[in-house]
Amino acid sequence: MAVLEIDDLSVTFESRRGLFTAVKDASLTLEPGQIHGLVGESGAGKSTIGAAVMGLLDGSGAIAGGRVQFRSEVISALDRSAMRNLRGKKISMIFQDPLTSLNPLFTVGQQLVETITEHLGVSQTEAKSRAIDLLDRVGIPDPVTRVDQYPHQFSGGMRQRVVIALALCSEPDVIIADEPTTALDVSIQAQILDLIRDLVRERQVGVIIITHDMGVIAETTDRVTVMYQGEVVETGTTEQVMGRPNHPYTKSLIAAVPRPDRKLHRFPQISYGGRETRFAVEELAQDWPAQPKSEGPLVRAQNLRKRFVEKNSLIASRRTYFTAVDDVSFDIEPGKIFGLVGESGSGKSTIARMVAGLHQLDGGEVHFDGTTVSGASADIREAYVRQIQMIFQDPYSSLNPRHRVKDIVAEPARHLKVIPAARINDHVDQLLEKVGLGAAAGKKFPHEFSGGQRQRISIARALATQPRFLICDEPTSALDVSIQAQILNILKDLQDHLGLTMLFISHDLPVVRQMCDRVGVLRGGKLVEVADTEDLFAKPQHDYTKQLLTLMPKTDLLSNEGLEPQPLIA
Amino acid sequence: MALDTQNTSDAETVATSDDLKAAPSRLARWWDSDLAYSFRRSPVAMLSGTMVFILVGAALLAPLIAPTNPYDPASLNLMNGFTPPMTPNAFTGDEFFMGTDDQGRGVFSTILFGMRISLFVGFAAVAFAMALGITLGLLAGYMGGRVDTVIMRVADVQLTFPAILVAILIFGIAKGITPVGARDEMAIWVLIIAIGLSDWVQFARVVRGATLVEKSREYVAAAQLIGRSSGSIMLRHILPNVMSPVLVIATISLALAIIAEATLSFLGVGAPPTQPSLGTLIRIGQGFLFSGEWWILLFPSITLLLLALSVNLLGDWLRDALNPKLR
Amino acid sequence: MLVVGLVAFSMFRFVGDPVEGLLGQEATIEDIERLRDRLGLNDPFPVQYANFLARSVQGDFGISYRQSRPVAEIIAERAPATLELAFVSGVLAIVGGIALGVYTAIRRDGWAANTIMTLSLVGVSLPTFLIGILLIYLFSVELGWLPSFGRGETVDLGFWSTGFLTTSGLKALILPAITLGLYQMTLIMRLVRSEMLEVLRADYIRFARARGLREKSINFRHALKNTLVPVITVTGLQIGSIIAFAIITETVFQWPGVGLLFINAIQFVDIPVMAAYLMLISVMFVAINLIVDMLYFAIDPRLRAGRASGH
Repeated sequence: MAVLEIDDLSVTFESRRGLFTAVKDASLTLEPGQIHGLVGESGAGKSTIGAAVMGLLDGSGAIAGGRVQFRSEVISALDRSAMRNLRGKKISMIFQDPLTSLNPLFTVGQQLVETITEHLGVSQTEAKSRAIDLLDRVGIPDPVTRVDQYPHQFSGGMRQRVVIALALCSEPDVIIADEPTTALDVSIQAQILDLIRDLVRERQVGVIIITHDMGVIAETTDRVTVMYQGEVVETGTTEQVMGRPNHPYTKSLIAAVPRPDRKLHRFPQISYGGRETRFAVEELAQDWPAQPKSEGPLVRAQNLRKRFVEKNSLIASRRTYFTAVDDVSFDIEPGKIFGLVGESGSGKSTIARMVAGLHQLDGGEVHFDGTTVSGASADIREAYVRQIQMIFQDPYSSLNPRHRVKDIVAEPARHLKVIPAARINDHVDQLLEKVGLGAAAGKKFPHEFSGGQRQRISIARALATQPRFLICDEPTSALDVSIQAQILNILKDLQDHLGLTMLFISHDLPVVRQMCDRVGVLRGGKLVEVADTEDLFAKPQHDYTKQLLTLMPKTDLLSNEGLEPQPLIA
Repeated sequence: MALDTQNTSDAETVATSDDLKAAPSRLARWWDSDLAYSFRRSPVAMLSGTMVFILVGAALLAPLIAPTNPYDPASLNLMNGFTPPMTPNAFTGDEFFMGTDDQGRGVFSTILFGMRISLFVGFAAVAFAMALGITLGLLAGYMGGRVDTVIMRVADVQLTFPAILVAILIFGIAKGITPVGARDEMAIWVLIIAIGLSDWVQFARVVRGATLVEKSREYVAAAQLIGRSSGSIMLRHILPNVMSPVLVIATISLALAIIAEATLSFLGVGAPPTQPSLGTLIRIGQGFLFSGEWWILLFPSITLLLLALSVNLLGDWLRDALNPKLR
Repeated sequence: MLVVGLVAFSMFRFVGDPVEGLLGQEATIEDIERLRDRLGLNDPFPVQYANFLARSVQGDFGISYRQSRPVAEIIAERAPATLELAFVSGVLAIVGGIALGVYTAIRRDGWAANTIMTLSLVGVSLPTFLIGILLIYLFSVELGWLPSFGRGETVDLGFWSTGFLTTSGLKALILPAITLGLYQMTLIMRLVRSEMLEVLRADYIRFARARGLREKSINFRHALKNTLVPVITVTGLQIGSIIAFAIITETVFQWPGVGLLFINAIQFVDIPVMAAYLMLISVMFVAINLIVDMLYFAIDPRLRAGRASGH
């Protein structure tokens, strides 16, 4: 018998522009001991369903239709106090960010004990011993000591384990996990998913995992429901939906997932919902200056070193430093894409900024086209500035919200005077046409565009000075998977048609495999391995690389519809 | 969380359908903005906005509106002294809307002129504090390092001293420095500087905080990448983005400055009796409290309260309206 | 402290010449010189400052130019009045402010909370002196219930004269304490409310709700404790400003404390009194900062761990 049933649920939010339907007629059935994935891109309404089931909708959100049934009880009609009795006791929730989910001012034990006594009505001492058992169960070493520690004394992964322990306190029948691993590094992500899977089997709990990550779905869930703009488009067993999708949206979503096991020439574009936008790189190539021939690598980084002050002091000897980048060297051949991959804190973005000249170097040199540009005089730098451009990670912060798009795109060209002032407006209009936004977009402000459109504006800005070298710092990590596929295709077109050289920073190995000609693996500020991409994936040399490769999401389940039949080896 | 996702999808649909439409005019854009919308929706904001408008307007037009010029000795008649409101004077038969004070000046007129002084001091002090605070805050936030340490250390030390005490001190010092004859003329400017200097820390702290956030945003890196100078990044890129909290602080500071000015004048260390502000009027009026001439005290007090209250209400609404988390 | 002392001293040193004011127009040059010598005004600046500091540490702030009595004596005589007033209104402000702030945050959209919020804006817009005058008018002039000035009868305990022990002393305290406390109370209340609303939106509060904890436990255990962290700093500053605002209240109520002394000193450019008052105030601020730091330490475990491991 189903433990949780959602029937034709609709959720609306009231705003000044009228009633907005976030979820429309969504249905879902959860069995005990089953993991049910709820997948979709941003704005699909998947988190809203979780909040609606928990009775935790914020602001003006309200259930406008349908019902939610827990066992035989209709809970969508319950009042606050009845809902509270059920919430936490029978239905529990895990949030995305373990850093903010725990109250920093109470010990882990206090928070566990409080929840246990609330729901199970046992004594303080009994609750404490249960708390220790739970910590032990979720894999926290030395639970007897750890139980009296505060959240800040735990690492991110450990905190998420504590959050899971808290969700288990009341021995619930249903757990809703909202992006439980999104904030974690891949290595920890895998451990947490394993733990959730084990607990489900052992305790016969029903779990709904809400995620945007097809890898998580393919690896952990039994059944899956795909959502698009508030509506359920497809539901079924994970094998069936992922392997033989019926709905065109599901197909386009799956086709856009970067595969760890094969390199594609381009991501297939299965159009759905009018999302595809033209990007005319070929036209751009017509008046692009021919790349001057250069001897040897275009960019050469030698023994880069960077440290940050960890604890400041007026007395120099008492300052402590943290070495973010330690003796890193690499070359980038003209026309090639060089990837730097690593987990958070590995120093990859710092290196990107050092190469771009945004960080002072504490050691080493950066050469561009045979000239030393790091620490060079202002006029030498100026000659190269226009040839080096950057595309940033977060399209919401890389465009100044108070400037119009045409001024944003024009700024580099105008400031560096690469184009006569009279022609700048035309130049910008053309660029906006070619990246697929249209010249009219120039009069608008960045907030009027979606994430993918903003990233196009970013690209237009980078191309405005007709650079030879592009630094891409996690250019798609803030984007939905289908938008990511579009942007990655554009970047590849830029390499092919304009002959651009790129430094590509990413934490995502499958993406790196699709994009890069050569890859460097970073760990703790040190480069552990550099190799041609296909060699690295086929024959990793360093243990850390091998470990990272085993942690990549398994996508064997995913349908290959629309992919090129033969993996192309560059 | 749920709201966030909803908003993005909202924005996405709006952007795609509007792609080909021409951008609306600046005015229409403003009228349609969330801020203007929230203003139209809030009766309190509209009421206090109107109130501020009327009071400021009345103060600006005081020479035109006021029935008498209280500082023109020719128009004064000592016989009119202590006339209660709305009743004809026993000797002259003159009637005054809000009565008269001991000198026979119409209270209504003195209030209009007093408000001029109060508002002038308030606006000028806030403008001064704002200019100083924004400059130092931007420098501290953007430059970091020693510049930051020095500026913020000074700010911290000053913050431990309450603004009103700082203002009194500055006033005391200025009083010592200025020659006796010039004290009354200088008093207004000393007040402005005293209140402004006691208030810049608020601006500096807020601007510094906001600058630190903005500085870490990638659009700043994009500007640095092409070699823009620190000065132009601060002015063209960061400044426009830190203005909304500044606006809130400025509004609340205006109310505080008006109150501070009134307080100083009330303590006798502010506007001189030759240029009385609302505070001076209340100080004078307090003397007649026990003898029954309540109107000399009451009307300036109510005006001061209305002025401070409506500016505060406006500031309160502005803060909520500009806080993205509350929407 | 040293900085404050230097600032206090040097500012006043260069501000006007007290001698002129003290002796009047008819004084001869010799008279002036004799007085300058006696007051030590002819020594070089650093010597004067060193003397000033050395004497301050021993509790000797010099002799009031105006009253010709030792400043320390005058201040010791006046301080109890100000401290008692500040203490009562401080307690009023903190207790009332936190209670009302929490109430208005939890019942965010209730009519009572909204009324309190609107009233609080009136409170913030009412200058302290106006509140005082209003209270005097209502309770002293119209109703005649409470005295409008002075401390009433005090009991001298030798080192301390208190108004707590007599009815008239207590009655005299009511209006000034409300006057002084009300403004601070509204500020603290508004701060507590906004911080608490901020905390109530935090993820860990959502998670506490999702775990099915009681509203009471969420509001008063989880949210309140987190609210207190930022509130403490500002409250410390507010308590500091109570002492400064006492100047105004004391003026309105003719309360014989150090604030009234200071404002008179400013008007007569009585440097030793001003300097001593400043030193006294800065001692208090340092003490308040210390207490605030200790409270932080008690509330926030992150700081404790930070100190222990030396970061």
